[in-house]
Amino acid sequence: MAKPRIATTSLAGCFGCHMSVLDIDERILKLAELVDFDKSPINDIKRFSADCAVGLIEGGCCNDENVEILRAFRKRCKVLVAVGECALMGGLPAMRNGVPLKECLREAYLDGPSVVDGLIPADAELPLLLDQVYPCNEVVKIDYYLPGCPPSADLIWEALVALLTGNDADLPYELIKYD
Amino acid sequence: MTAMDTKTLAGEIKAIANTEDNRRTRLINVVRKVQLSYGHVSQEMVGMIAEALGIERVEVEGVVSFYHFLSGKPVGRFPVYLNTSAVSEMMGMSEVADAFEKAAGIRFGETSGDGLFSLQYTSCIGMNDQEPAALVGGVPFTSLTAERATEIITALKSGNTPAELVEKYGYGDGNNANELVRSMVNNNLRKRGDILFGERENGAAIRKAVAMTPDEVITEVKTSKLRGRGGAGFPTGMKWDFCRRAESEKHFVFCNADEGEPGTFTNRVMLTEIPDLVFEGMTVAGYAIGSHKGILYLREEYIYLLEYLEDVLEKRRQAGLLGKAVAGRKGFDFDIRIQPGAGAYICGEESALINSSEGKRGEPRDRPPFPVVSGYMGHPTLVNNVETLAAAARVIEQGGEWFASYGSGESSGTKLLSISGDCQKPGVYELPMGMTVRVALQVVGAQDAAAVQVGGPSGTFIGEEHFDRKICYDDLGTGGAMMVFGPRRDILETVLNFARFFEDESCGWCVPCRVGTGLMHAKIKKIMAGNGTRTDLEEMESWGRSIAAASRCGLGQSAANPELTTLANFRKVYEERIKEDEYLTGFDLERAVEDACEATGRTAIHE
Ligand SMILES: Cc1cc2nc3c(=O)[nH]c(=O)nc-3n(C[C@H](O)[C@H](O)[C@H](O)COP(=O)(O)O)c2cc1C
Ligand code: SF4
Ligand code: SF4
Repeated sequence: MAKPRIATTSLAGCFGCHMSVLDIDERILKLAELVDFDKSPINDIKRFSADCAVGLIEGGCCNDENVEILRAFRKRCKVLVAVGECALMGGLPAMRNGVPLKECLREAYLDGPSVVDGLIPADAELPLLLDQVYPCNEVVKIDYYLPGCPPSADLIWEALVALLTGNDADLPYELIKYD
Repeated sequence: MTAMDTKTLAGEIKAIANTEDNRRTRLINVVRKVQLSYGHVSQEMVGMIAEALGIERVEVEGVVSFYHFLSGKPVGRFPVYLNTSAVSEMMGMSEVADAFEKAAGIRFGETSGDGLFSLQYTSCIGMNDQEPAALVGGVPFTSLTAERATEIITALKSGNTPAELVEKYGYGDGNNANELVRSMVNNNLRKRGDILFGERENGAAIRKAVAMTPDEVITEVKTSKLRGRGGAGFPTGMKWDFCRRAESEKHFVFCNADEGEPGTFTNRVMLTEIPDLVFEGMTVAGYAIGSHKGILYLREEYIYLLEYLEDVLEKRRQAGLLGKAVAGRKGFDFDIRIQPGAGAYICGEESALINSSEGKRGEPRDRPPFPVVSGYMGHPTLVNNVETLAAAARVIEQGGEWFASYGSGESSGTKLLSISGDCQKPGVYELPMGMTVRVALQVVGAQDAAAVQVGGPSGTFIGEEHFDRKICYDDLGTGGAMMVFGPRRDILETVLNFARFFEDESCGWCVPCRVGTGLMHAKIKKIMAGNGTRTDLEEMESWGRSIAAASRCGLGQSAANPELTTLANFRKVYEERIKEDEYLTGFDLERAVEDACEATGRTAIHE
């Protein structure tokens, strides 16, 4: 029987959540036995090659490219898991939500104290910024949430194995306690 | 600015600080005066104020950014603050707003090029029975229409003053026409009860009190079963007792006239018509707890009453009812000062009120310690509502038993209700505690009411099936607000208004309230846009409960009440709007990139 496929992506995140996935250490070998990796920065595969069982999303949506990728993940993955504070709530990037986008751009590229010959980048290659940073569940339906910044490797591992094997997840209090 | 100008300005600001004795605790007063003189508090002025008072800039900046009526950017010479309360919206606020924009040639949020006008929205200014209302150049204008708004702007442009306009439109009833008030506000006091508006003689309560021991005074208040009228309903006698027993060299009495709960305007009418009774209550309380100083915290929106109230105080001093040896009682010195607010609903919360009076941001404190133990400047402090203090004076004058003979059960006395919305006779009514909503509706001429909101946004929304419930502490509590909605009103519009109110007014200290009020607001918008699902309703209920449980003060603890009480009592209104889909996004990519397209001159291409 073909192994289930798994895809991951980092949207408006810092890659810290992906580092946490790698932090499962030698269990990564076991993971490779359990699944095949599809589109993911871990293997640098850029496009989906098939529908996947599980998609892991790090980061929220700060630009239109994030939205398009997230929508593609929703289409191609049976189960979508939001991983980490940024995906769940917008996280650090959402700090800008209190300031109108145009003001942010003005401050960063025109009026900031270190700006010389300022210019707001407008290259057609660049993604367009959204008015706010959106948590994933405001853009598409999310099935599961793994909180943390980043969620610990053990939490990610336990959750993944449970999803892939269909067993109940064993999530002791220490794994989901954050202070 | 030239160096010379800067020097002159610094000198002027120093002089302003001097009028407040350069006291750090009077920071709000200093900043208010600067705002009034220059139309804003610039970064430069912030530095000058900090220097004059010997404090850090950040303390001044913190205050300027906290209060609605203080501004870092210049407002117009005649700033317009249009009331956004739910009833204002019902009575045609948006047409009035359009007219203001057209006449002034600017949008809300802007200041006109000639520096004459700025347009801003503000939370309820306590005029719900004469909406739409606005403060223009600090002066209340009531029952506005689009034509009126245009006329006001045109007249101010051609050199008239707000005061001249008010004179032309005619002064309001009662003391609103007093030469020190000269306001077009109306009391609409439609029912005078025996307790607050009964016959009385100035000083009677004080004379009676000083002939008793403080403990006897407190016992009398306990006998009356009087409870706080500000919302929480704490037994007044017990509070006085706690404060009296807290040891300290000083004690303070605060009268809470922040009256920020939208739909509440009873305190305004009391301060206009029976200020003596309120001051009498403060004085009696001062005697009972062993205090020499009372402070009336007056919301900025009611500052048009300041001169008049100062005059009342002065007359009381002359009559020996304030000052040294009050009413001839040796050793009982008591005086009252008025502390103006600067616009913030949260400042009605007692510990925020105290912070604000100490010249700080109006953020609540951790409780305990409660103010009765450690309040103003760390001393035991009694904070009571305007109506509570007035009632207490009557208790001492006429006896606790007399007072307790009014009302029902644990809710003794009368309650002032400020009733507004879809009714024939909006205004203020003194009614016995414990009357049913139905009776109140009959009295105001609102027989076809479909929904009633009791207690303001932090209170309860009820429908027909609950109209036989009683207005009292054991059932429907209220600080005075009661808003009536006719059969054609959309309840969700009001819930949306309330949700926005809480998001705006959250002081931001704690996450459940700061973030939660934003989330609830977003949910209501999502549902109203037709993107709501059953999951959204469930999430609102569960998040609402979390916000209430995890917030630090009363604002957050009741911030989800509009949603929670309407989900409980008007579920159908939501059910009609939501869809049966499992998930619906409220997200609109094209709209979300609009700003970026404008800023970069690009066009969005999405599949
Ligand atoms: C957000 C918030 C706003 C409040 N606003 C007022 C107010 O405007 N007037 C008032 O008397 N009490 C207000 N209160 C209640 C006060 O904290 C306090 O309980 C009251 O002033 C005590 O007086 P009382 O015992 O005479 O009612 C408010 C409370 C909260 C949490
Ligand atoms: S949740 Fe934390 S670790 Fe993960 S992407 Fe966001 S900031 Fe980085
Ligand atoms: S509950 Fe809201 S208003 Fe109260 S302290 Fe917290 S953030 Fe401030």
